[in-house]
Amino acid sequence: MSGAIVGEVPAQTGGGPAAVAIGPWRLAARRLARNRVALAMALLLLLIVVACLCAPLYAHHVAHTDPFQSNLDGTTIVNGKSVPVMVQSTQGLGLGVTPIGPTWDLHHYFLGADEQGRDVAARLLYGGRNSLLIGTSAALITSALALLVGLVAGFFGGIVDGVLSRLLDVVWAFPVYLLAISLSTVLIARGISWGPFHLTSGSLLLPIAIIGLVYIPYVARPIRGEVLSLRRREFVEAAIGLGASNWRLIWSDVLPNVLTTVIVFFPLMLAIDMLTEAALSFLSIGVQPPQASWGTIILDGQDVLYTRPAVALAPGIAIALTVLALNVLGDGVRDALDPRAKLRRRD
Amino acid sequence: MARFLARRFVSMLFVLFSISVLSFLIFFATPGVDPAARIAGKNADQATLQAVRHDFGLDRPLPVRYGLMMKKLFISRDLTSYVNRGAKVIPQVTQAAPVTLSLVFGAAVIWVLASIAMGMLAGVFRGRPIDTLVMIVGLVGISMPVFWLGEVVNLITQSRLHGSVFSWVPPLGYIPFSRSPFGWFKSLILPWLTLSILYIGIYARVLRSAIVEAQEEDYVRTARAKGLTERRVLFRHALRTSLIGFVSLFGLDFGALVGGGALLTEVVFGLHGVGKLTYDSLQNLDLPVILATVIYAAFFVVVANAVVDLIYAWLDPRVRRV
Repeated sequence: MSGAIVGEVPAQTGGGPAAVAIGPWRLAARRLARNRVALAMALLLLLIVVACLCAPLYAHHVAHTDPFQSNLDGTTIVNGKSVPVMVQSTQGLGLGVTPIGPTWDLHHYFLGADEQGRDVAARLLYGGRNSLLIGTSAALITSALALLVGLVAGFFGGIVDGVLSRLLDVVWAFPVYLLAISLSTVLIARGISWGPFHLTSGSLLLPIAIIGLVYIPYVARPIRGEVLSLRRREFVEAAIGLGASNWRLIWSDVLPNVLTTVIVFFPLMLAIDMLTEAALSFLSIGVQPPQASWGTIILDGQDVLYTRPAVALAPGIAIALTVLALNVLGDGVRDALDPRAKLRRRD
Repeated sequence: MARFLARRFVSMLFVLFSISVLSFLIFFATPGVDPAARIAGKNADQATLQAVRHDFGLDRPLPVRYGLMMKKLFISRDLTSYVNRGAKVIPQVTQAAPVTLSLVFGAAVIWVLASIAMGMLAGVFRGRPIDTLVMIVGLVGISMPVFWLGEVVNLITQSRLHGSVFSWVPPLGYIPFSRSPFGWFKSLILPWLTLSILYIGIYARVLRSAIVEAQEEDYVRTARAKGLTERRVLFRHALRTSLIGFVSLFGLDFGALVGGGALLTEVVFGLHGVGKLTYDSLQNLDLPVILATVIYAAFFVVVANAVVDLIYAWLDPRVRRV
């Protein structure tokens, strides 16, 4: 997993002066390609993403259900017989209903139904779309803004750095979940309207923005540190001596060197973002109904945990697998791009 | 040391102040959001809205409002809920705090011991199957959502196997230590384990890489050259320096957990700690309670970090000069 990769010196370099140097990116790609575990996890991730993208196909053409419509009086077919989706309780007074359990039949309630008679398997796929979308977008926001802040603070130094670094320190000291909860409670209840800018409470943009913002210090601080040390390296001083503008220095000397940091952090951030999304949704301040995400499905499953555990188990397994794949892949990417492990992981 | 103490204290005050300003701004000055409507709760009438506006001075300038809020939180301590009319918020927080502390302390003991054992095993036997195994277990622990893990634990111990192996598990909830120490232990052991699993994974990984790194250091080679036993080299030399990073990480995580990071575990296991209080007030959007718990929690984190820094400076004199 994180062991040193041997034999990384490409064969060409031994060939004398005519040898063609291999670029750092291709070298990293080769190292990654040799990491079987990481590749297997990348494949698993790809499968999960494709499955989730196919959610409408599954719902409309295989399971023939509408996963956003409650179906309390519906029936389905088990072993060729028509049975109600919500089964009348046989215990006690016979009051209350229990949703149907997993049928393991892809066409009819594969993983059973939730409390509203909706197909859990179809909701799982739709929920996965939202979870992946929120995780990816939030990780992109974090990376882009952290890169910007880290570059500006590290490159310009002085007052700019002082202000930005203090700001990062404060957000850093604020426990992530509490910050996310505070922002979510204020925003999710009734949405936000600010001049022409209006977001309803159900908008996915709210959790995306909130999760994307709270993790900025975790990426921005290491980037700032790297930019600070790059700034004093000879090749940057040489470029300054040649009269390069600040813009040019940042763009062609500093940025390419910190890009690896961003790439190393990306899968790990994505994993953390997906866990955060699930937690917020579980606390009912993330994705809002009727939309689903893996977190909201676990919340739905809480009420029928002891009778129909599949509702809560399935999305949890989906999250755990996805996050595990991302973590292993992230380790692989780090080993490939940063073999001496300069960047320490701080989860 | 005195200068270090003074400087650390000033910086702590600065962060405390900034955090209070930040939470104040989030709750009272988010653009496009009417704070009165949020504080008053879901279906507030005009009279309540007016009362809220007056109470929090929402018609006055921002700094005055900030002062009013701080006064309510720390001086008069009379912040009241508008959802549960008249319920004072601060006593609720202080009542909930022992539950959270019990949960986090126990979990911390478990995760520190387990992760040191696992990290050392993996670090010493690096590259061998046991290393891979430990690291895989750690990664799986990191990858599971803690609230989901808690639900799985509940499913097994409260329902599926409650009739046999887990018949000793009390119903969900907290049993105060003063009432029954053994009951307290029984009510908390599963939440402790659940909460610690994530951290065991993280800390074992951190410690492993620190030990692997330390093995290459000159002082470890010197220790070996002196003819010390491998065990002595590991415990007295390699482990000791490896624990420095471990300690600082611990301070951050411990503070964050006491400050509400344990919220999800508390919710799933029905422990009425500070996190559960936050959660319950989230359900009916009881903003004053959320505000109080968030600020309480953030303060706790900052103070915990400062304490860790002090311990750190005491352990390692070099830090004092920075």
